[in-house]
Amino acid sequence: MNSSLFFDISAGAYIAAMVIYVIYLVTRNSKVGITATAVTISGFVCQSTALLIRWVNSYYFWTAEHTASGVIESLLRAAPLRNLYESLIFFVWALILAHLLVEFKYKNRSLGAFVTPIAALVLLFIDVTGTSKEIMPLVPALQSNWLLFHVFLAFLGYAAFGVSFGASAAYIVLITESKFEKTYLFWSFIIGVFLIVLIAMGIDFLSLSAAQRVQLIQSHFLKASFRSSSSVVVAVSWISAGGFFLILWWFGYGLKNLLTKLSITPEMLDDITYKSIAVGFPLFTVGGLIMGAIWANSAWGKYWTWDPKETWSLITWFVYALYLHARFVGGWRGKRVAILAMVGFISVIFTYLGVNLVLSGLHSYGG
Amino acid sequence: MEKEKKDIFESIWSLLASVKLAISLLIMLAATSIVGTIVEQNAEPAQNIKLLAKFFGDSFAPTVYNIFAKLGFMDMYDSWWFLSLLALFGINLIVCSLERFPKTWKLVQAVQRPMSESVLKSLPVKKELKIKTTLSVAKDEFFNALTASRYRVLEATEEGSVQLYTQKGRYVRLSVYVVHLSIILIFAGAIIGSVFGFKGYLNIPEGSMYNVAFKSPTEKIPLGFSVKCNWYETLYYEEIDSPKDFRSELVIIEDGKEVMKKIIEVNDPLTYKGITFFQSNYGMMPDTVGKFILDITPKNGPKATVWLRYGDTFEIPGTGIKGTIMDFSPALTRDRGTGSLITYSENMVNPAVLIKFEEPGREPYVGWILKRYPSTGVLNGGHSVIFKDYWGVEYTGLSVSKDPGVWLIYLASILMAVGLYVCFFMSHKKIWVNIAEEGKSVNITVGASTNRNRLTLEQKIEKIVSHASKAIEGRKS
Ligand code: HEM
Repeated sequence: MNSSLFFDISAGAYIAAMVIYVIYLVTRNSKVGITATAVTISGFVCQSTALLIRWVNSYYFWTAEHTASGVIESLLRAAPLRNLYESLIFFVWALILAHLLVEFKYKNRSLGAFVTPIAALVLLFIDVTGTSKEIMPLVPALQSNWLLFHVFLAFLGYAAFGVSFGASAAYIVLITESKFEKTYLFWSFIIGVFLIVLIAMGIDFLSLSAAQRVQLIQSHFLKASFRSSSSVVVAVSWISAGGFFLILWWFGYGLKNLLTKLSITPEMLDDITYKSIAVGFPLFTVGGLIMGAIWANSAWGKYWTWDPKETWSLITWFVYALYLHARFVGGWRGKRVAILAMVGFISVIFTYLGVNLVLSGLHSYGG
Repeated sequence: MEKEKKDIFESIWSLLASVKLAISLLIMLAATSIVGTIVEQNAEPAQNIKLLAKFFGDSFAPTVYNIFAKLGFMDMYDSWWFLSLLALFGINLIVCSLERFPKTWKLVQAVQRPMSESVLKSLPVKKELKIKTTLSVAKDEFFNALTASRYRVLEATEEGSVQLYTQKGRYVRLSVYVVHLSIILIFAGAIIGSVFGFKGYLNIPEGSMYNVAFKSPTEKIPLGFSVKCNWYETLYYEEIDSPKDFRSELVIIEDGKEVMKKIIEVNDPLTYKGITFFQSNYGMMPDTVGKFILDITPKNGPKATVWLRYGDTFEIPGTGIKGTIMDFSPALTRDRGTGSLITYSENMVNPAVLIKFEEPGREPYVGWILKRYPSTGVLNGGHSVIFKDYWGVEYTGLSVSKDPGVWLIYLASILMAVGLYVCFFMSHKKIWVNIAEEGKSVNITVGASTNRNRLTLEQKIEKIVSHASKAIEGRKS
């Protein structure tokens, strides 16, 4: 059986859920809200099925080549966390899971409108970059249980951080009192950069042939817009980006009224941000840093080499440690900590994608 | 004068103990680390000058490079100022924890006391209710409900009222110190490793033996024993050139005796006397001739393994068939365009041996036998000549390391994991239940506090109260 149909259905469901959550924000019709949750849950069930199918498939793929490998070992080696595509899919899965947990715990649906877009963006990213979806043989360095636990826990942590990003972004909108506040400008800038990069990658994607798409990230990143060889295209890109920022900045403020009407309080968002970081931080520390270090030690004899990937995980860790201390003992409140929470997740994204896009490292992830 | 000195000392101490300093240090460490990931570390100058030219232009780049290099950014994580930042961070952590620990310890040790009803009502979590029952029934049932939730309950009795009070998880307050301690231990482990350990490499040709490792081409580290590589091989996935495994067989020889033998692979090193050998590399030795290892099996006969050189001749026992080694290719493939056979890599990606077979009364014939495809070695008569290896031309690239601090790092990791778990998922909860008689009823006031997760505690209190009041109701009937 092939898992891709189920993956496609779930991706469709998440994107639909995003739209419905936004409609819910606007209409505040509780039936719409229930529909949004139902669609999300169906997508989640589909995706879980797809993950299981893929796991089974790669189990057979592995055992065909490694006949001496035991059942447990084969199951571990086949776990669908083996390359960029699978880890991003798993991230989406964990993010939706975290979101559903928050929704049930806080009995409030509105956060969906902030978290499902992250899921949709990641799914879009996968398709836009043409990330390989094939089940590939595992190169020797990746044949390690530590690596598996490392990716598994780190991505659960990333998902929790993703929720905190959604909550802190909503928080900033909610407490903004004027469009000219620095915090709100920061917010518009960050959200704008996210969307613009994604749109620009979409343009890259459309401008490339199928064969070139595989190389999008490595060789064609933003080559159809900001990094084009034609200066006209570059100028047009910057001007449209500027326009986009203005629109986002102008209309983003409107979200505040919506959120207020939905009886979402800043306290609640702050609480969600803090709690998800409190869950994400231990997961990321143990999964991302400790397991990663143990794996590096067992594969290369050194638990820490300051390679860019490791260093960026450490930077991410510093940012979240900063968040915890600033909020818990440093007496920071409100906007400042919300910005830290946003910066933390930007650092997560850079750790995972930016290092492969911009810097190069030892790690084999990255398409 | 004395006093002034003391003042200076005190203000330095309080600076070192402050969370403000910790916040500044975290920001500085994060910011400088970012620079270290952009500037390529320990790279050829040209590489970074090219990078800097993108930001500063071609004419300024060399100057900027020199300034950066002077500041240590080209080997940043070993630079004096980065190490000082880390050291200051460690000191900050120690001083801060020393400052705060006694207060926390007092909190942990503090004996819980009964509280007046008015104070109870000011606690963050509270609940009041009135039930028709007697003082002793209410007391019993709340006692039971609390005990059922595994609280150890104390009580204080006064005229006409009784107070139950209890706490759980007071040691949770120490978990932050466990986390902080684990960071100090990681620093300690890293220092031990860099002072008493080493990191080197060693390339051993198949069949050779070394008793040193190398830090650099000229700097040797004696091992105290010898290590020999019996063989090295790369295994490939079928049909594609994606490597499946890199393996070498290593033997440790001490005082002329073989004391250990292991096939190592990536993720599965060999450790002897604290020194660990990791599979990290491989390659071909230039201008070396090796030996062909063939497994020869006549139809219905026993297998024999032979080692041969270029031009050597062998015989398939009992058949009169003779083979001669004619040629070797480390990576044989058929060219897609011309269809002719070519060698497409210097490395042993698809090793093949060309053998000329001669049989009395027949035309000699020549054929390639491929190591990765044993079926190419099956001859017409059902005899087989399997190409096992071309031995003696590859070397195994090992990284060799000794890190006596690593156990401390692992211990600290466990402490950190446990500490973080306790810190974020457990809490110190205190509960007071005041029961006061009023005519035929009792007024019950429950107050509770916690250092974390108030919501959870509220739910817990709800549960205990409803548990107890149900039991009280049950007693009436
Ligand atoms: C990156 C390194 C560090 C990590 C991972 C770390 C970890 C933690 C954690 C997890 C907490 C609990 C926070 C919460 O409950 O939300 C905490 C609390 C605290 N940390 Fe750190 N810490 C670090 C560095 C420091 C440093 C350098 C200082 C020095 C001033 C410090 C001072 C404190 C203090 C005062 C508290 C509050 C303790 C209390 O509850 O009484 N931490 N730390």
